[in-house]
Amino acid sequence: MHRFANPARFLRIAAIIQPWAMAVAALSFAAGLWFSLFASPADYQQGETVRIMYIHVPSAWMGMFCYTAMAVFSAMGLIWKHPLADLMARATAPVGAAFTFICLVTGSLWGKPMWGTWWVWDARLTSMLILFFLYLGYMALADAFDDPERGQKAAGILALVGVVNVPVIKWSVDWWNTLHQPASVVKMGGPAIDATMMVPLILMAVAFKAYWILVLIFRTRSEIAGAKLRTLRMAQVHAAGQAE
Amino acid sequence: MDNLSAFFAMGGYAGYVWPTYILAVVVMAVLLIASVRSAHANERDLEAAQSLRPSRRRRNNPSAASAEPGAEEVPQA
Amino acid sequence: MTRKKRRLYFVILGLLAVGAAAALVLSALRQDIVFFFSPTEIMEAKVPTEGRRIRLGGLVEQGSVVKDGATVRFKVTDGANALPVVYEGLLPDLFREGQGVVTEGRMGQGVFVASEVLAKHDENYMPKEVAESLKKSGHWQGEHPEQVQK
Repeated sequence: MHRFANPARFLRIAAIIQPWAMAVAALSFAAGLWFSLFASPADYQQGETVRIMYIHVPSAWMGMFCYTAMAVFSAMGLIWKHPLADLMARATAPVGAAFTFICLVTGSLWGKPMWGTWWVWDARLTSMLILFFLYLGYMALADAFDDPERGQKAAGILALVGVVNVPVIKWSVDWWNTLHQPASVVKMGGPAIDATMMVPLILMAVAFKAYWILVLIFRTRSEIAGAKLRTLRMAQVHAAGQAE
Repeated sequence: MDNLSAFFAMGGYAGYVWPTYILAVVVMAVLLIASVRSAHANERDLEAAQSLRPSRRRRNNPSAASAEPGAEEVPQA
Repeated sequence: MTRKKRRLYFVILGLLAVGAAAALVLSALRQDIVFFFSPTEIMEAKVPTEGRRIRLGGLVEQGSVVKDGATVRFKVTDGANALPVVYEGLLPDLFREGQGVVTEGRMGQGVFVASEVLAKHDENYMPKEVAESLKKSGHWQGEHPEQVQK
């Protein structure tokens, strides 16, 4: 029973956080949409296409953030055999994959009119594509074994090995020359983005983080119930076997 | 009206800006709905399975799995 | 040593090993990951250009763009050297003098014959009014103050 002691605490805390996460996600997303589509100026060079940035850049941040979170949860699961950490790693993977996918497609939609191409194999774009495949690999591996614990272990190791890709993505634009421009927000000497454009960017980033928390709660709840259901059914099969 | 059509035209980049926002909203909505549904489905199944099962303190009842849910719910006096 | 501690050290050691391996591979591949070469690198023959498709990157030199029907001629500069480029085809919307550009093609007789031209923008984002007032007040922080026109 001690295995579910922590999940019980998680469910209690999650019930408190859930409505707040929902409110923050909905409000900041609505405000973010308002600012990114109406109440912000066009860029002096890129015109209206700068509005793609308000989806593209926060998605890229989420892609890297979710992977880092997944690696940390996986490490906790592997080292301390914390069952909840494994469930949270599994719950984070599809969120990260979704945002990485959004980042890649919207980057393409931005690249075509501005750069003149949908895709190039430069260091930034390639390392981001590798991140997407790492997520897919993690999700496939976690479900590939009949014994969920073995699948979790294999997937956890992949998450930890793949985490080297995260700093490569971040600094790819500094280490190599790329078609992708260097960092604008997190860089030495302060951001190179006008304040009027920072507002929608930050709002969207907050909305996406709250969205992650919300989905994390639902998916972890689902995983906890699923795990309990499995042990319950196993016990029933076991009891039925003994009764015969 | 001119303002509105100018807004939808996005300076000639409508074909790039709007798909960006539609994609983000659709992907996020699909993932959220799928997650909520799977949580509710699993929690419902778990509750149903738990109500079928005799409480741990009672001795094992071989017919537990086939009994009607209500039969196991009789409160102990 | 407890098993938990052993697993912790194992994970840390594993991460260090993977990180070191990645660093070695990436630094060995440094030349291959580079997306484009500068005019100086190509003109000083630091890269083999003979019959090979390569990418040339830099800034479009001010006042160098000459359009003749579908043919465009311009110079790509890295500050030290400028290499003339000839290109036939559509240019991306962001292509303009003073802005970054990456072209792909082959070296001809002193001219880079491009088959593809991509625009590369910088990391600055601001409304037009801000760019103009920054330029007017002399507080323009960009590397290429001449890129704000109109």
